[in-house]
Amino acid sequence: MSEKTVQAFANGEADFGNRAKWYTSRVLIYGALVFWSLICLFPIYWTITTAFKIAPDVMQGNLIPWIDFTPKWLGLRSLGLSPETIFETSTVREEFLKRFMNSAITSVSASMLAVILGSLAAYGLSRFSYRFGFMKNNDISFFFLSQLILPPVVLALPFLVLYKQLAMLDSRIGIILLYALMVLPIVVWIMRDQFSAIPVELEEAALVDGLSAWGAFFQIVVPIALPGMVAAFILSLVLCWNEYFFAALLTSTDAKTLPVMVASQTGSQGINWWSMAALSGAAILPLVIIGIVLERYIIKGMAAGAVK
Amino acid sequence: MMTPAQSEGDRLHTVLSDHMSPRRILAGRALVWSAAFVLFATLVVQALHDFEYLSFGFETWRPVLYAYVLWAISMGVAQVLLRGERGKRALFVLPAVLFVVSIVVFPLLFGLYISFTDWNLSSLTGRKFNGLDNFRQMLSDPFYWNALKNMVYYVLAISVEYAIAFGLALLLNAQIRARKFFRVVFLLPLMLSPVAVSWMVGKSMMEIRFGPLANVARFLGWETPSFFGSPEIARLSIMVMDAWTFIPFMMIMLLAGLQALPKEVLEAAKVDGCKPWQSFWQVIFPLMLPVSITAIVIRIIFKLKLADIIINVTAGGPGGATDSVTSFIFREYRDRSNVGYGTLLAMVYLILIIIFVTTLLNVVKRWMRPTN
Repeated sequence: MSEKTVQAFANGEADFGNRAKWYTSRVLIYGALVFWSLICLFPIYWTITTAFKIAPDVMQGNLIPWIDFTPKWLGLRSLGLSPETIFETSTVREEFLKRFMNSAITSVSASMLAVILGSLAAYGLSRFSYRFGFMKNNDISFFFLSQLILPPVVLALPFLVLYKQLAMLDSRIGIILLYALMVLPIVVWIMRDQFSAIPVELEEAALVDGLSAWGAFFQIVVPIALPGMVAAFILSLVLCWNEYFFAALLTSTDAKTLPVMVASQTGSQGINWWSMAALSGAAILPLVIIGIVLERYIIKGMAAGAVK
Repeated sequence: MMTPAQSEGDRLHTVLSDHMSPRRILAGRALVWSAAFVLFATLVVQALHDFEYLSFGFETWRPVLYAYVLWAISMGVAQVLLRGERGKRALFVLPAVLFVVSIVVFPLLFGLYISFTDWNLSSLTGRKFNGLDNFRQMLSDPFYWNALKNMVYYVLAISVEYAIAFGLALLLNAQIRARKFFRVVFLLPLMLSPVAVSWMVGKSMMEIRFGPLANVARFLGWETPSFFGSPEIARLSIMVMDAWTFIPFMMIMLLAGLQALPKEVLEAAKVDGCKPWQSFWQVIFPLMLPVSITAIVIRIIFKLKLADIIINVTAGGPGGATDSVTSFIFREYRDRSNVGYGTLLAMVYLILIIIFVTTLLNVVKRWMRPTN
């Protein structure tokens, strides 16, 4: 906007006062935004840079690479992932990659399972009326959602004993089942919203054309509800990837996930800062990337319950 | 048994013109009963084997699980055989119901049994029923009550989180440039694993000698910063870390609410000469009440599960000042292998949570929209 157009609407001192006020409010708003961005980003920045610091740099609290300190490959070397070590055999790297894969496999499969079961249930509940003993549709929905308040600690110990009996302790499948259960209420919550937003007339037309209820679901409804399913999947993925409590109690050597590995390293004395930083960085990096790339799905998923 | 009721209640009407032949119905019944028989037989054999009445049996209970899965599948097939089109509809909900029931209800019942036994994994005597002894022990366990008291503090901290989250949502909803950038940045803490956060913030940034937060504290005039020394400050530090990861969650919900506000009302307030402060308290805040309450209730539910950060940063210390119920039971199990007592504590906690959340939902119901 040029100076002239602003001038055209100006009428002396009142306008000048307004403009000063406008500028102060701008400064305050952007100041607050930048301040909170720093609070959000600094711990991530700190972790990633610390992975490249040697001990004196950590002690002196040096912050900016190439100015305060010279980055070294210490953190990645401790995981066997630095340029010199990446082509050599390394037990640490194998251990790390195994944990990483465990985390990836369990969280992806659990989220898939939850999205499949949850979407089917949510669709059924939003279209047909059921009776399950004394339970009607609303009660069944509430039954699913009420699982959300179940604290993990209640299930942890019975599952420990149960899995021992079933020889499923320290197995990925055991963890996957529990994680799927943990995120199922959230999936039902999101998908119920998605499906009730889809007009029934679409499916009625499909039924007239000779499709069955399941055919209409797969050919008409799923393509429309896909973004919602992706949102539910991503949210589940975040929760499963970060889950620590069940993994700490129910896994030991084979199925141990990344958070458990991170936690076991924090406890031990004399662990190097750079290797801890590299490990924590590796644990958060996949989700940071997902957060940046798929942000709109995450927001869509979380907003689903808030606004009807 | 799950049956779709009269099809008048359905949102999606379908013509149900199935004629079930008697043979089909017979096949369906036979399937269900034989699968149930297999399940029951495996169960009985294995139970007898376990109590050493029977010499033969399986190494583990795994076959019982397979029998259960087999039964669940034949249950689904039989729905279609017996009820045709209606059975196919029941199949939408049946898998999820069977999944949740088998994975929640059985373990809960089993947990209820464990909680009345004296069972320490490290002792050789194994498990034996001891009635209400665990309960009596709980009543005189100061650490459990202390943990419950801490939960009250942790839940109360949500009010501050809510205020900050609302402020951030208002900022993001204002006329700003680079809104998308700020939204992504503000969302990031939510994506981080609490375990990683406990190292990143709790163990390294709050390190008293050279952690950046300690440096900031020294700069601000706190000469000997110690974030986990005294009980109050330690609890506050835990609250801050937990708030840091979860504020984005409430912020996003509130932002969605703000964006869905009717524009006309806001403009009418402006035309009527409302100052921003007035229009916030008299227009925006009341309109946002249902969203706010939904966000707070969900946040409380998540807060009641708080444990990861405490386990990894303070392990409940100093002197149990930061313990949450979950972290306390975690240690009861981990360090003392006290399965029976730990399970009872968990069960009592579950009952307290159910009472608390139901009361809460009933109290806030009248401020929420009827659909919630």
